[in-house]
Amino acid sequence: MKKVGNHNSFSKKLIFSLAMVLSLSLSSLAQDAAAPAAGAGDPAKGKAIFNTNCAACHKLDAKSTGPALRGVADKYDREWIYKWVHNSADLIKSGDADAVKIFEEFNKTPMTGFPQLSNEDIDNILAYTSAPAEEAPVAAATAVKGGESQEGGVSNNLILGVLAVVLGMLIAMLFFVKNVLNKIAAANGVEVPVKEGSVSLWKAFAKNQFLVLVSSIVMILIGMYFIYGYTMQLGVDQNYEPIQPIHYSHKIHAGDNKIECKYCHSSARVSKNAGIPSLNVCMNCHKNISEFQGDKDSTYVEYSKEFYTAEIQKLYDAVGWDKNTMSYTGKVKPVKWVRIHNLPDFAYFNHSQHVSVAGIECQKCHGKVETFEIMKQDQPLTMGWCVNCHRETSVKVEGNAYYAKIHDELSKKYGVDKLTAAQMGGLECGKCHY
Amino acid sequence: MASNKKYWKSVEELDQNSSIVETLRNNEFVEEIPTDEFLGDAATLSASSTTRRDFLKYVGFSTAAASLAACEGPVVKSIPYVVQPEEIIPGVADYYATTMMDGFDFANILIKTREGRPIKVENNNLPNAKFGANARVHASVLSLYDSMRLKQPKIAGKEASWSDVNAAVAKSLSEAKAKGGQVVLLTNTMASPSTDRLIADFIAKNPSAKHVVYDAVSSSTALDAFQMVYGERALADYDFGKADVIVSVGADILGDWQGGAYDAGYAKGRVPKNGKMSKHIQIEANMSLAGANADKRIPLTVTEQKHALVKIYNVITGASAGAANLGKQEEAVMKAAQQLKAAAGKGVLVSGLDDVNAQLLVLAINKALNSEAFNPAAARLIRKGDSKAVAQLVADMKAGSVHTLIMNGVNPLYTLANASEFAEGLTKVKTSVAFTLREDETAVKSTIVAPAPHYLESWGDVMIAKGHYAIMQPTIRPLFDTKQFQEALMAWTGNTASYYDFLKAVGSSIAVGTTWNKLVHDGVYTSEAAAVAGGSADFGTAAATLAQAKNEGGLELVLYTKTGMGDGQQANNPWLQEFPDPITRASWDNYVTVSKKDAEKLGLENYNVANGGLNGSYTTIEVAGVKLQNVPVIIQPGQAVGTIGLALGYGRKEAMKEEMQVGVNAYKLYANQNANQVAKVTKTEGDHEFACVQLQKTLMGRGDIIKETTLEIFNTKDAEFWNPIPMVSLDHQATPATEVDLWNSFDRTIGHHFNLSIDMNACTGCGACVIACHAENNVPVVGKSEVRRSRDMHWLRIDRYYSSAETFKGDGELKAKASGLMNSIDTLTGMEDPSENPQVAFQPVMCQHCNHAPCETVCPVAATSHGRQGQNHMAYNRCVGTRYCANNCPYKVRRFNWFLYSKNSEFDYHMNDDLDRMVLNPDVNVRSRGVMEKCSMCIQMTQATILKAKKEGRLVKDGEFQTACSAACTSGAMVFGDVNDKEGQVAKLAEDERMYHLLEHIGTKPNVFYHVKVRNT
Repeated sequence: MKKVGNHNSFSKKLIFSLAMVLSLSLSSLAQDAAAPAAGAGDPAKGKAIFNTNCAACHKLDAKSTGPALRGVADKYDREWIYKWVHNSADLIKSGDADAVKIFEEFNKTPMTGFPQLSNEDIDNILAYTSAPAEEAPVAAATAVKGGESQEGGVSNNLILGVLAVVLGMLIAMLFFVKNVLNKIAAANGVEVPVKEGSVSLWKAFAKNQFLVLVSSIVMILIGMYFIYGYTMQLGVDQNYEPIQPIHYSHKIHAGDNKIECKYCHSSARVSKNAGIPSLNVCMNCHKNISEFQGDKDSTYVEYSKEFYTAEIQKLYDAVGWDKNTMSYTGKVKPVKWVRIHNLPDFAYFNHSQHVSVAGIECQKCHGKVETFEIMKQDQPLTMGWCVNCHRETSVKVEGNAYYAKIHDELSKKYGVDKLTAAQMGGLECGKCHY
Repeated sequence: MASNKKYWKSVEELDQNSSIVETLRNNEFVEEIPTDEFLGDAATLSASSTTRRDFLKYVGFSTAAASLAACEGPVVKSIPYVVQPEEIIPGVADYYATTMMDGFDFANILIKTREGRPIKVENNNLPNAKFGANARVHASVLSLYDSMRLKQPKIAGKEASWSDVNAAVAKSLSEAKAKGGQVVLLTNTMASPSTDRLIADFIAKNPSAKHVVYDAVSSSTALDAFQMVYGERALADYDFGKADVIVSVGADILGDWQGGAYDAGYAKGRVPKNGKMSKHIQIEANMSLAGANADKRIPLTVTEQKHALVKIYNVITGASAGAANLGKQEEAVMKAAQQLKAAAGKGVLVSGLDDVNAQLLVLAINKALNSEAFNPAAARLIRKGDSKAVAQLVADMKAGSVHTLIMNGVNPLYTLANASEFAEGLTKVKTSVAFTLREDETAVKSTIVAPAPHYLESWGDVMIAKGHYAIMQPTIRPLFDTKQFQEALMAWTGNTASYYDFLKAVGSSIAVGTTWNKLVHDGVYTSEAAAVAGGSADFGTAAATLAQAKNEGGLELVLYTKTGMGDGQQANNPWLQEFPDPITRASWDNYVTVSKKDAEKLGLENYNVANGGLNGSYTTIEVAGVKLQNVPVIIQPGQAVGTIGLALGYGRKEAMKEEMQVGVNAYKLYANQNANQVAKVTKTEGDHEFACVQLQKTLMGRGDIIKETTLEIFNTKDAEFWNPIPMVSLDHQATPATEVDLWNSFDRTIGHHFNLSIDMNACTGCGACVIACHAENNVPVVGKSEVRRSRDMHWLRIDRYYSSAETFKGDGELKAKASGLMNSIDTLTGMEDPSENPQVAFQPVMCQHCNHAPCETVCPVAATSHGRQGQNHMAYNRCVGTRYCANNCPYKVRRFNWFLYSKNSEFDYHMNDDLDRMVLNPDVNVRSRGVMEKCSMCIQMTQATILKAKKEGRLVKDGEFQTACSAACTSGAMVFGDVNDKEGQVAKLAEDERMYHLLEHIGTKPNVFYHVKVRNT
């Protein structure tokens, strides 16, 4: 199968490192410039309130369900804003021209009233929204990274490379020195002693039949060992990491944003299939998240912000979402994902048995998916691997009336406290092969 | 020691001067080998850039590359929904209640769908959904995915759009109105109140229109009789569960008589309870399912049956219509009449004679008996066809007075005896529209062909019987560009509402006191049928007329419908074609059944050839000048002498896959839609090759396979007498076989232990389980020639055994009496022949899931092993195909995949193209070539039930465990469950006195058990 190229390649790292060195000073300057500038409110508090209450529908610099809010304080009268936030419906009903205009512009979607926000809170929000946009260059945005490589400025690979070159030069020098010495010796007439021609090692070996026999047996055994090793991994696609039509990062979703696996793979709870989420599930969040924001503290070094935003655009193309008009166009293009975990037809596996009944973590079989930038098959998925787990894992009986009786009786029979899946019959052929 | 002797090879060598010697010294061959000749054009060869060495290199490389590439797995794409429907979760089945109605079959069913695909038919188990699914209804889900279905409308043979069709019909209708031409709607029986209203609207808008109902297999005579007495075209309903004595005169009450679905009620009365069970006397010509299940079967010709009916009428009502003497069966018929009279209200008489007078007498007798089982109030409405009206239509068409003919669900050019007259008339019809599933014989001759959706793609309603209203709902979007007849009617009458809204309004007005959603959810609504006025007719004259019946010379032909094929609508369904007939056990054919005596007279024969296949003579059957050529013969034990039988529904050619174009079209002999005809049979040249799955006809007295007793013995003697445990010799002591064990038994008291109980008293041999098993387990269809080689793949077969004496008991006595080697051989050879009127027994046999399975011990790779829950597992991926297991299986239930049956154009049945494959059950593996397979006791279903209980954190309830066969069994013969659940039904059945295991003496300890058959003789 096709494997993805190594993204951690040396050259890329080198380029990134250089970029970082270049941009380090710039980004620190930009941060300085972003000091609080607005008047009445506290932008820090405002940010917190914004993120809790407003961010679901508003962005600072782009339209979402509602308008972009940067600089909103300058556009409207402050009293008007208080009224709008507290109860926009009243304002629209009163026939206020501005209010009606906004209402019309955003497809007559009413804004939830926030009477619980005090005027001071709103001031804080406005302070936050009035802060000028951060004008950081692309490289800086992606290169904000707190690793060692940043401290060193030069990557380990570079050092190693330099060392290798030095070593090579040393070898070359020694070679030249030897040549020079030989020449000097020849010139001075010094006789370099030549070794006596004895029976070559190979001929001696060929003569010793016992040695030949033993070594051929050893060779055959080694050969068979490798052939066995090779055939045993046939059809085992551990670490299969195909290129997907949309670069979906589990690291961003499940890792950084801590989205529950079963939020998207909901059928894992009830069905044999975990299910690849349908695109409408993506749109639950991505209606509002149309571009990659990338937390400053995070570590997205490999791909640029634009790259991720473009991937989100691919989703929109597939599901037929026009982010400018915030509406579906009806033109859909289903995504052809490359299936990673492929059990053969003759093996029956049911997710709900493992997820809902046994309460096994997804990570047990799928690895630390929350750290995977690119999804891959973490485990071998061989029968031996299944069976081992069935032998080691105890059946989760607590609070399950189905197991109460059978577990009591069987554990008495086997003389154990906790039954493993194997002792419950989880090793029988017909449990998975039918 | 060295030698310098000269050895010579030929005398030539001795001659020093021979040129040959010289040549041979240098060349191996004397003459030049003509290599250039066989290498062909030397010039081209030498000019080629590919040298021999290159060629070998390429071959070597491509072989190595191919084998390396084979090690790589393919890239699999997964495409999720863009917007996932809320009710669909991939991997979880949804069930929808609907109703099957195709003009012949009808049933209240549930449809199992996976990812939006209907994959299986299940019975609707609501208490009021009483019409269960038969084999054909179970198979109908495959007909949905028939690649030969019509995919788009056609006008004059060219593909067209629906708007073209509507415009053409509207134009024709207005032309008919202007010219005063007749407009005729020719439909099958739809029994749909909403459609009836639409048709009434249509007739109101087109005053010259009339509606003719045409059933391919007609019940016209019974309808006429019912109409005479009760003033309505309907069929009286019967509940055989309420009867103690059932007398049937030529009615296959367990087959398709009056639409069928009587099994459940019938079986209720057949299981002995408190020492009582119903008594069933069958008077008939063909050996039918009902005859096979009867306690007493009286074979009579059709004429004799009419006289017998008059005699019974005389006895019951005290009338004295003169009827002829019935010879040696006279006594039996009179006895039946007396028993029926004695039973009074607990007796019932039915008849399948295609004669109005006979049907009138049925009503008269049941009224006189005041029979509880006879229910004219809840009359069935699923047959409305009027043979006279159809005949009139043909005459009108020939006269050229029909301007527009609109047909729905009918195929008269195939199903009419006078199809040629209809075809002639059709040419005089200006516009003919055929709503049809496939481009059949009629459709190709019609001017407009309109593709109709399958019932699983349609909305609809069916008033199956009075007070039994059922809703049909779509379970999948239409696969092709189809429109329902009802939608078209609405378009033509200018009704702009959708048919769904119309149906909703009609349904809500009928189903009073329930909501529309509940109605659709349940699929059925029942109400008390209003009592009918006890009308009357001139029964005396009917009896007198019937008594005039006499044989007009020649053999009496009785046309019937087969359990598998019915009226032939689903002839392109491979499951049904491969379904073996319950009686003859032949698949992929229809044939004429004759009695042994008549066969000898006509020189007809059946014989087995070396590979086990059955061959039969060909005949020509002539009825009233119409000849049917090359009809193969099966000699049918129990066929009344002087009669022959022939099944309808075969011999279709249009829009059928080539493999399915089997049999002969018996409709050609169905003159005036009367199933009783007089025929002349002559032998013709050649032999026909049958695909018959059972070679041995009789049981030959082997009481350890089917145990039988009579009700009298059952009531008076101990179980040891009629259900003896076989004895074996242990240390030279006779020991019960159940106590002897070669192996140590495992402790099976913990957890589930599945058992399947089969009650041979309740099993009618209907075969619904066989098709349900096919659908559930992706069982392949192998085709006629493979079945003939005994390579059929049925996981579940229903064995049929005849007795060689009049009774099975007689068989046993014959066998016991035989002594001495020669005598034994003679007796046993004689016993291979079934008697003239044998008793019949059905026995469903699937893997017995032996606790001490002989197959498991012989598998060299441990591919088959035993589970703690009692199931014998089969790991296909482990199997290497030695077939030792099949050889060691005493029940012969293991099936070997001789070929790859999926995605193989050689086996173009239901696993080849993408459309057919949609029917496959995703939870069950499709087996590959070279592996053994067999009944798994539906382990995927038991595992799913267990998982459901685990997820809900509760114990499994009794009745929750099912297999496909037990769920399909409407007669209650098969019951599946956990024997460790002591309160469960199966545990109780396992303790029953009638319980026995198949071939108990070999000590396999099966998990399938049977119940001794009790006959009420």
